Amino acid sequence: MAHPSQLGFQDAASPVMEELLHFHDHALMIVFMISTLVLYIIIAMVTTDLTNKYILDSQEIEVIWTVLPGLILILIALPSLRILYLMDEINDPHLTIKAMGHQWYWSYEYTDYEELGFDSYMIPTQDLSPGQFRLLETDHRMVVPSESPVRVLVSAEDVLHSWAVPALGVKMDAVPGRLNQTAFVASRSGVYYGQCSEICGANHSFMPIVVEAVPLEHFENWSSLMLEDA
Amino acid sequence: MSTLNRDLLLSLSAAGHNEKLSKMSETIEEKIKSYRTAPFDARFPNTNQTRNCFQNYLDYHRCNKALSATDQDVAPCDWYQRVYKSLCPMSWVSKWDEAIESGSFPGKI
Repeated sequence: MAHPSQLGFQDAASPVMEELLHFHDHALMIVFMISTLVLYIIIAMVTTDLTNKYILDSQEIEVIWTVLPGLILILIALPSLRILYLMDEINDPHLTIKAMGHQWYWSYEYTDYEELGFDSYMIPTQDLSPGQFRLLETDHRMVVPSESPVRVLVSAEDVLHSWAVPALGVKMDAVPGRLNQTAFVASRSGVYYGQCSEICGANHSFMPIVVEAVPLEHFENWSSLMLEDA
Repeated sequence: MSTLNRDLLLSLSAAGHNEKLSKMSETIEEKIKSYRTAPFDARFPNTNQTRNCFQNYLDYHRCNKALSATDQDVAPCDWYQRVYKSLCPMSWVSKWDEAIESGSFPGKI
């Protein structure tokens, strides 16, 4: 999950997020190398009285600094397109969950077999137990089986919201009257936090998302318990 | 135009197609028994699945209407029901059910 003074992404909990992480590292490394080179050249140019005739009106250098950026761009574009298409691949989900955005909470519906639906409100700061995370915890978590492809259909009942879980590499806008599909596989069991990502009124910052990935048997136990309680 | 294979259903209402009927029911029964969730539908390959939900809802009611009009078993229609129940938000379904009951449902069934 997110931690104070964090600079990079959260640890990836899905294959797609892993790919995104690696691509980001790749692109950022190129950015650092180019920036370092340019900075070095600027400093070298500024701190000398000599003139290098090979970099003025020279055909060779012009070719180099036209072709090389082109190659670098291809080096960035190819992995980028690979991930883009990877994210759009047809998957075969084992489970469909609907995430409905409201002002100001999420509700989750599991209707493949029975009709299980529940609301997920943020736990107010004064009600937190020791060890829980401020503005991130909810009373009911969206529980999913780990290592199973899950389809999430995101919509809203009032205004625009957005369902996002960075560790899973998922963000999908919740539009009233529209059903947006996204999918993920939770590679490992764990608890993953996210926050509403589209301004939706006074408590936009206070309607977090918590996804809990558990082994399949635990998921089945949980869903039976939730159905009994409902 | 309905995506339902209206011609097939109507052709099955003719006498002497019992074999075809029972084979179709068997495969649908198997599909429903091993149902996990709504499978990928190539008619709706993109992010926006609104029409997928609505189309299956329509197809369920049209299937019911078509099969019960010719006094046939409506069990094959259960597939569409499972799919729309998986995909459609419960609030949408209850709103549409009420609209059907009150006669104000906008879709053609």
